[in-house]
Amino acid sequence: MPYIPTRYFCLIAAVITVAIAAASRLVTNDYFFFAGYVVLQYVVMSTAWNILGGYTGYVNFGTAGFFAIGAYTAVVLHKLFAPWLPVSIVAGGVLAGLVGLGMGYLTLRLRGVFFAIATLALAIVLQTLVTNWDFVGGSRGVYIIRPATGPFGHGYIEYLFLTMLVLSTISICVARAIEHSKLGYGLATIRDDELAAEASGVPTLKLKLIATMLSGALMGMCGAPLPYYVTYLDPSSGFNLAFAVNSIAMPLIGGTSSWLGPVIGALLLATIQQIATVTISSALNLLIVGVIMVGFVTVAPNGIIGLFERGGRARRRPAQKEAA
Amino acid sequence: MSALLQIDRLGKRFGGFVALESIDLAVAAGERVGLIGPNGSGKSTLVNCIAGALRNESGSVTFDGKRLDGLAAHSRTRLGLARSFQLPKPFHSMTVAENLHVPALYTVNARHGQHLSHAEIDRRVEHVLTQVGLQEKANRRPRDLTQIEMRKLELARAMTADPKLLIADEAMAGLSHSEVDDILALLMRLNAQGVTVIMIEHIMRAVMTFSQRLVVLVAGRKIADGAPEDVVRNPEVVKAYIGE
Amino acid sequence: MLSLLVNAIVAGVLLGGFYAAVSVGLALSFGMLDIANLAHPAFIILGSFTAYILNARFGIDPVLSGVLGLPFFYLLGSAIYQIYHFSFERRGEEALQGLSFFFGILFITEVALILIFGVDYRFVTASYIGPSVYIGDAELPLRMLVPFLVAIVMVGGLQLFLSKTFIGRAILAVSQDDLALRLMSIRPRRIKNIAFAISIATASLAGACLIIIQPVEPSIGRDYIGRVFAIVVLGGMGSFPGMLAAAMLIGVMESLTATFYGPSWSPAVAFGFLLLTLAVRPAGLMGR
Repeated sequence: MPYIPTRYFCLIAAVITVAIAAASRLVTNDYFFFAGYVVLQYVVMSTAWNILGGYTGYVNFGTAGFFAIGAYTAVVLHKLFAPWLPVSIVAGGVLAGLVGLGMGYLTLRLRGVFFAIATLALAIVLQTLVTNWDFVGGSRGVYIIRPATGPFGHGYIEYLFLTMLVLSTISICVARAIEHSKLGYGLATIRDDELAAEASGVPTLKLKLIATMLSGALMGMCGAPLPYYVTYLDPSSGFNLAFAVNSIAMPLIGGTSSWLGPVIGALLLATIQQIATVTISSALNLLIVGVIMVGFVTVAPNGIIGLFERGGRARRRPAQKEAA
Repeated sequence: MSALLQIDRLGKRFGGFVALESIDLAVAAGERVGLIGPNGSGKSTLVNCIAGALRNESGSVTFDGKRLDGLAAHSRTRLGLARSFQLPKPFHSMTVAENLHVPALYTVNARHGQHLSHAEIDRRVEHVLTQVGLQEKANRRPRDLTQIEMRKLELARAMTADPKLLIADEAMAGLSHSEVDDILALLMRLNAQGVTVIMIEHIMRAVMTFSQRLVVLVAGRKIADGAPEDVVRNPEVVKAYIGE
Repeated sequence: MLSLLVNAIVAGVLLGGFYAAVSVGLALSFGMLDIANLAHPAFIILGSFTAYILNARFGIDPVLSGVLGLPFFYLLGSAIYQIYHFSFERRGEEALQGLSFFFGILFITEVALILIFGVDYRFVTASYIGPSVYIGDAELPLRMLVPFLVAIVMVGGLQLFLSKTFIGRAILAVSQDDLALRLMSIRPRRIKNIAFAISIATASLAGACLIIIQPVEPSIGRDYIGRVFAIVVLGGMGSFPGMLAAAMLIGVMESLTATFYGPSWSPAVAFGFLLLTLAVRPAGLMGR
């Protein structure tokens, strides 16, 4: 495939976004927007996760935590002065990014496994904090009134859908931009061999922190509209098990080496789940996702894209223990 | 004249195990130094401490007049201190040429007053590839390379960083006679261009040919440091190397 | 006030002993074998639910069910290690995929338990759940004392096994030098298999103890991730005495926090310790 410079890629992405937005004006059934919101949400989460996971090789198991930071920031702001949605989105992103930076600073100087463990524990602790915080409803949860119409006329749910569409485009463009940039090279070397990267002059800690911040910020931005979507938010829905596994399963299944993998994984899995949840219980649905993820990780570690790519990018390398 | 690399009473422990004890070493600019010692004597640990991959508990490393205490490995590379790894560690998801782009982008371009354009980086990479003889394999992946080609890539990556000092860690291990000569010639050429080289090797033929000075490490201590002919006759060295 | 403090500390010590039982398996798999088994808590919870079923259906004492379950969990652990080794360890790519593998198992276990048992809390009945022993002013609830004693026996037994038996010493050896072991023509893979299987078996027994201490529901496993890893890291990875000390420390701190600030803050205590340890002294309290 010929190389398309990033600015043209973003231009094409913007055009496609506008086209989809225009087409959605013709849709009358709100269910499309409800379902579409969820699918696009996963596009953002998977793409965001992959910046740190696939590009850099550091696994974040606490995606639900970063997502919830965005959601609860929006709740707090809504209760304080009910701002315009984009304000909450930016605030959620900034806060989540800062938390990512803080945690990263403490754990990214160590092996990747410690970072992964810390992210897992972080999500649980954040959930504990929220459950104990009455201002955001504690364990009882909080009700958010969804406005009837969005700022451009038409239903508010369509507005949420379009917002998530824009966020998806932004995340994909960010991921794509990183891929072909100097930053992307650096992150790839960290993934391939961190010691060798350092020896080659790559400031690994700095780059890892940048990736963690970007990834966390995107997740926070993604979570901010959630309260308006669900109208009732409690810790178990904000820190939903589904986010925890899906954000990881989708890129792993789709393929982690480029922006396309998470998008494929998200579109595929989220759509299937939306259809399936009507027929089977959500717990069984999650079980199947978990099993598929373990299956892919074990058998097809480069995901769906890896199955199609010959002589592809992130091919498995032989164990280095054999030598000398 | 002050040394390019000055190591003063460097010590490193792993828990209760003393890997390096009070190592003193001075390497002058332009020198060819050989570092030898039995397996487990601490050679790689010393390299890692100099390069910044490990932190030494005591003593100091001074490079080009600058104390390196606490400096991250990537900063040391930017100062001009490059190393290659004993077991080649290429970036597997990139082509051979891209592997060399990394030090060009992140080391050379990170130095003050230097900024290479994309075209200049391409040219530099091509130049290094030609120097090591890998130009044919520029667009291949590391997994397609032979043993010696991997070693050359490993050295090439260190060379692209435009170093003042290069530490070559067992770059010839397991290679055939002619391949050893190949790498030897490469390192000699590098030295002729002004790069100080510290060669860590087990292959005595190469070490004796290459080194102006020989340093011997045994059980974490430096037991000899001088002209190669003298060092190999040193009784302590002979004792440590029975059967070599 | 003083008696409140004393009781909190006593409860903390008992809790700490139990936490040691919970973590000893991970000290083995992660601390010694460097296998980041994120799914360790899953086997604890499986042990709890096994004890629950055997207790509810057949009235079997939970400690007994824990012991009876050991061989089955040993085999389960062995199977999981085989898959892990074959798919990840062998290929040298433990990082991303290996972690995701264990996370997947953790996740699948929780969801499967929800499907089978629902989200209700389950508990067991036994003669020692309820009454307490009193030493002076301090109350030692039997439901905490019994798991504490089981924990001491288990951890002590494991320590003896590691230092006195041939296989035990082989495990210690493989944790330090894979190559040396190979030269003694003992296959490291077999030793690691045994060690990992033991770690899973201990988790299940600890799980049986857990359900004696408190009612259990499927998502409790997640609370334990931060705890067990914090204890193992704080304890210096492979060191048993270190792990014991760390478990006691966290047990007491959690108990104090629960008494004076409320029990819902407990998961945050271990995590706080974990972050602090990682930031300040990654080698833990008694590093190697």
